Amino acid sequence: MQIEIPKDNWQGSVNTVTLGATPEEGGTRTRTVTIGGQQTLPFLHFEQTPPNRPVIALEITAARPGDWSPVLLDAWGDAIDDPGNWAGACESAGADLIVLSLGLTEADGRSADPESAVRATKSTLGGTGLPLIVLGPGQAELDNDFVIAVADATKGERLVLGLCEDSNYRTIVAAAMANDHLVVGRTPMDVNLAKQLNILITDMGLPLDRIVMDPTTGALGYGIEYGYSVMERLRIAALQGDAMTQLPLLVNPGAEAWKTKEAKVGEGVPDSWGKWEERASNWETVTAVALIEAGADIVVLRHPDSVTRVRNALDELMAVG
Amino acid sequence: MALTGIQIYKLLPQTNCKECGFPTCLAFAMKLGAKQVELSDCPYVTEEATAQLAESAAPPIRLIELVGEGHQIRVGNETVLFRHEKTFYNRPGLLISIQDTLDETAIEQLAKTVDAYGVDYVGVDLRIDGLAIEATSGDAARFAEAVRAVRRVSDLPLVLVGEDPAVLGAGVELLEGEKPLLIGANARNWDSMAELALQNGAALGATAASLEELAELTEQLRSKGVEDIVLHPGAARMGPTLAMQTQIRRLALKNFRPLGYPTIEFVGGSDDGRQQAVLATQAISKYAGLVVLDAFSPELLYPLLVLRENIYTDPQKPIQVQPALYEINNPTPQDPVLVTTNFSITYFSVANEVEGSGIPAWLLVTDAEGMSVLTAWAAGKFDAESIAKAVKQFDVAARVERHDIVLPGHVAVLSGELEEELPDWNVLVGPREAVDLPAFMKTVLSEGSTVH
Ligand code: SF4
Repeated sequence: MQIEIPKDNWQGSVNTVTLGATPEEGGTRTRTVTIGGQQTLPFLHFEQTPPNRPVIALEITAARPGDWSPVLLDAWGDAIDDPGNWAGACESAGADLIVLSLGLTEADGRSADPESAVRATKSTLGGTGLPLIVLGPGQAELDNDFVIAVADATKGERLVLGLCEDSNYRTIVAAAMANDHLVVGRTPMDVNLAKQLNILITDMGLPLDRIVMDPTTGALGYGIEYGYSVMERLRIAALQGDAMTQLPLLVNPGAEAWKTKEAKVGEGVPDSWGKWEERASNWETVTAVALIEAGADIVVLRHPDSVTRVRNALDELMAVG
Repeated sequence: MALTGIQIYKLLPQTNCKECGFPTCLAFAMKLGAKQVELSDCPYVTEEATAQLAESAAPPIRLIELVGEGHQIRVGNETVLFRHEKTFYNRPGLLISIQDTLDETAIEQLAKTVDAYGVDYVGVDLRIDGLAIEATSGDAARFAEAVRAVRRVSDLPLVLVGEDPAVLGAGVELLEGEKPLLIGANARNWDSMAELALQNGAALGATAASLEELAELTEQLRSKGVEDIVLHPGAARMGPTLAMQTQIRRLALKNFRPLGYPTIEFVGGSDDGRQQAVLATQAISKYAGLVVLDAFSPELLYPLLVLRENIYTDPQKPIQVQPALYEINNPTPQDPVLVTTNFSITYFSVANEVEGSGIPAWLLVTDAEGMSVLTAWAAGKFDAESIAKAVKQFDVAARVERHDIVLPGHVAVLSGELEEELPDWNVLVGPREAVDLPAFMKTVLSEGSTVH
């Protein structure tokens, strides 16, 4: 029987974005990461060979995180106490890039400041040759101070700086423009809010090949269906040709999954939840793979085991036969 | 797809005899097209027309029911490619496979464990839907023993897996009154498998490596009279499986009947058992009707069952709880008020944490149209005004003397406005995540109690 396979013929495509810069390109990275370029829904090889594969980032923090699950602390051991060592361990674990989250306090309990943010960034860059994403602590004023300092001190590295939000993006975008960096914008699970922020950022003159968007997803069991559908809708709009949705998608299954009770808590939970470490790891993996199916270009994880599994999934998804 | 009124008109007698209660056949056809009348209202419609109309009214993906001794699985009947277009309707069945080479006690034990497994998720009892018994031994007597062993302890619907009709037959004949699924027919054995399925009232799986072969096989099965078919696309890896599943769904929705059936995926069998998490995630997200895992592991089943709930939630109908002032751990008027939205997952995570902390509190749930805190805030459904409104509506000031009201950390920006809306209240900002509430309540809330 002869069957005509229904193929979509999209007009639009996802922007191609390169993170990191090698010494020849004005940075210090040993390799760069390129994402985007798709002209189909995820992994439909029969319509187009995916030009780039989604990549896996591992998240580290500038100082030992106070609120991470002991499962994660155990997995990384002492490396956690130094961003450079930690980043190196992430590279060994198979990460394609690193996300450095700057916090409010330093290891010794003092308040973090722009200098300590730069120190942590430099230490991370020293510990790995992978491209880097640097995120402020999540308070507008500090975000701006920290990110300006980091952007100035790392000119030419093509870092991704964040988080840009609709209430606070100008300073970060300006810092990225002045120092050859990229930015990531985050909006709360809504197609139109995502588009709006992208319009605001591009209106400042930052070219589209230097922006990625984080549409926020929710974790498995805690609203992932909203994030999943917002991602699918954004990606379909991008393929239909809507320029303000054509940015590669960055999502945080690691942070989302590891704040759930299912991942975080080992005792006093129902037996039907099963073994803690394995459950926690599955929570992260399942969240990540579901978001990859919905169109994620960068998944930010926290546990080294999840990297192995998600990488296997990507290998299989990129294979044709 | 359903026929239009004009298409239906062509199938009617066109005599305008008015016996259906309409002045013309065309008028009746239009009503029929709009599904406002029944075809049987016309006494003169031919058998052929009835068949054609029934065919056109059939859903693009056939609904298949598997029945055990009481429990059943319903899959198929899907109408969209993406859940946001409408919704996915019938949750894929999750099954655990059992090898007939295990000894009988082991089989009983496994079946019993699967049968008893249940896990609570936002008040819903999630369960495994069935068992797949694999005729790995190739021996009819042994296979029959395995089926008997399973049936001694479990009444879940069964899938019988094997290529030899004689072996599967020894199992399926023990399941009288049930509707199991046989996996199944392939290019070599389809004739005798079709007979076996028909004799025993079983649904039949069709296994093939390409769409063309799959479509040919289902046509062959249909020609023998088999209607309840499940597709078993034979792609081995995730990429090719995704391609096949996508193509099957697209073709089925275009009314390509030979592929208009639900699918089954076996996600076990890899060296690394944990890799099942990855394969099953894709199967649940992308179009599988039945998913068979090869091990029972609660730490994997729980997340997969939750994923299935999430993906199959109707996007048009967020699951909500009643807006109200809830009491947790028997609060007194001296206890604080926490605020959240009426999205059920939000409510349950907050309520669970507060309950788990053992600290009494009031939980004020506002009407945010079933959205989570962030989504509702972004959509303007959760703001200072709506919170103040809920405080009035549920008479909070009269029931609680201590006027501490705690906002979710995600909407810290609302605290200024809320202070203006509720001048008699002390507005506090809680943690962003529910899981951090107990610590917050132990420190911040037990320190400062402000009674106005
Ligand atoms: S009863 Fe049948 S034949 Fe008579 S008018 Fe109605 S549709 Fe036409």
